[in-house]
Amino acid sequence: MKKFWYDYLWIASLLYLALGFFNILFAWLGMLCFLLPLILSAVKGTKIYCNRYCGRGQLFALLGGSLGLSRKKDIPGWMKKKWFRYGFLSFFLTMFALMLWNTYLVLAGAESLKTAVSLLWVFKLPWSWAYHGTLFHPAVAQFAFGFYSVMLTSTLLGLLTMIFFKPRSWCVYCPMGTMTQLICKGKSKNCDFVTDETHKNGYSDKKEEGGGYS
Amino acid sequence: MNRVRGKKAFVKQEECVACGCCVKLCPAEAIKILNGLAAKVDRIKCLGCGKCAKECPASVIRLQEVEE
Ligand code: SF4
Ligand code: SF4
Ligand code: SF4
Repeated sequence: MKKFWYDYLWIASLLYLALGFFNILFAWLGMLCFLLPLILSAVKGTKIYCNRYCGRGQLFALLGGSLGLSRKKDIPGWMKKKWFRYGFLSFFLTMFALMLWNTYLVLAGAESLKTAVSLLWVFKLPWSWAYHGTLFHPAVAQFAFGFYSVMLTSTLLGLLTMIFFKPRSWCVYCPMGTMTQLICKGKSKNCDFVTDETHKNGYSDKKEEGGGYS
Repeated sequence: MNRVRGKKAFVKQEECVACGCCVKLCPAEAIKILNGLAAKVDRIKCLGCGKCAKECPASVIRLQEVEE
């Protein structure tokens, strides 16, 4: 299959994690994979970010697929249910808000900068070697530590579900993927093919003249 | 002849997360993601190879025999 430049964005994902190891301020670059998917889906009404540009999805596909680090089993049914996907998104956003609050506390001078990365929201890893001071307010670094924690935690969860289930299992409950799909849903309210063409066991089986899509 | 028959891929669209893995893998370019909501298979193009079903992280693709 023909490869395009965007098929190599998994390298950027790896590089991102590595850079945060040396200087935490690079964590700010992660805002790109936070804002781009949202902007692209809001503007274009598609999940083009997931479908094409997401380096993390590509990384899991590579590690789990070509490198064989995945059992390639079906994920449990509950993990793809709406309540779980939306529930995880809500949890994720709550933790994100908490991280912003902690940044605010540092900004307001109520707390001092904590040079630690938290893994899975509870484990605090000392990470002070990656902090070399900042020209700006310490809150800038606090945000970087918080954001890097989010990225590292989601990578770890993604790796775990990659190993146990299919390579890109993370994409089933990835908060960014869920959010962009919700935005697309909001944008195509009038498009009801999802329910219209769904018949036998939920597998759509309408055959159309010509196109053959369903 | 544009006949649809043999093994074809079917997507359970309510549970599709529109990640696009299937699109990348399909050798026949038979899958599209519509409006960022769900995958849709062009069953005239589909060869029934099953690659998409194997990789779909949500396991929402199934091959079904189609007679027409
Ligand atoms: S669902 Fe998440 S990890 Fe998967 S392609 Fe989309 S943004 Fe990337
Ligand atoms: S791989 Fe599965 S979940 Fe992803 S777009 Fe295709 S059918 Fe949907
Ligand atoms: S069964 Fe094969 S040809 Fe048909 S949609 Fe899936 S990957 Fe494409």
